[in-house]
Amino acid sequence: MIQIDLKLFVTLAKYLPAGGQAHEIKEETSVNDLIKDLGIPPDIVKLIFINGKKKDGNYCIQHKDRVGMFPPVGGG
Amino acid sequence: MVNQGRYDRNLSTISHEEQALLARSHVAVIGLGGLGGGVCEMLARTGVGTLTLVDGDIFDTTNLNRQLLSREENIGGSKARAAKERIFAVNSTIQINALQAYADETNFYGMIQGADVVVDCLDTIDTRFLLQESAQRAGLPIVSGAIAGVCGQVTVIFPQDSGYELIYGKKKQAHSPGVETQTGNISYCALFIASLQASECIKVLLKRGDILRNKLLIADLWSNSFEVMDLL
Repeated sequence: MIQIDLKLFVTLAKYLPAGGQAHEIKEETSVNDLIKDLGIPPDIVKLIFINGKKKDGNYCIQHKDRVGMFPPVGGG
Repeated sequence: MVNQGRYDRNLSTISHEEQALLARSHVAVIGLGGLGGGVCEMLARTGVGTLTLVDGDIFDTTNLNRQLLSREENIGGSKARAAKERIFAVNSTIQINALQAYADETNFYGMIQGADVVVDCLDTIDTRFLLQESAQRAGLPIVSGAIAGVCGQVTVIFPQDSGYELIYGKKKQAHSPGVETQTGNISYCALFIASLQASECIKVLLKRGDILRNKLLIADLWSNSFEVMDLL
């Protein structure tokens, strides 16, 4: 298992596991796998950030990565 | 004339030359709701000399929770007119072009032509793409803000940048509207993001400071998360 720092923004926050931001996942987990494991409908994840950089869902998550996900926000 | 002393408290942070540059500058604020109402007031107080203020909408009671320009007595009134009256009351020395019009692909270009910067305070994602196309055609940078609940984002898009595609994906795949239809919008978040937009706008005009170009500032006020993400 590897540890990640998981941040889910706006309407995604309700999918944050009970343990909160410090989250354990299996090695070789992609962001798409994580989205599925958390039960997040994939079409509402618009932006994926790993350690402050934009990545796509195929990124293979590494130990101690900071993983952030953001839905589409357009209000004014 | 009330300009005597008006900018005295600016001048330790903004030089005389920079203040004069702002006075010669023209900013188009597109959308005069939660974001735009704050942005236009801050730009007027900072001393931007010409403001084009665009919104086709009228106020309703649901605007009162967050939109600075809305008041109980102007429900049913034009947002553009309210903006003009408010900005004139704050700073009568600046030029105000208030347009009560909904922006679309046929009129965006005409609205922003002649400005130095466009501030995107719109409330739908597909309209933001249209604005970007017009701003690219006009060769103008966009300072963009968007909010949902107590979260928000800010970025700066120059004409040669990919811009919204980096945030929302391809235009055809972009959701419109976003999750703000589920969360609503809270006043202090709108004004927080509006403040960041005003700041980025002034920095672009003055060519000063770190600009959020190809970067996205994301704020979540529930968790006090403020992060600048690299979009490239």
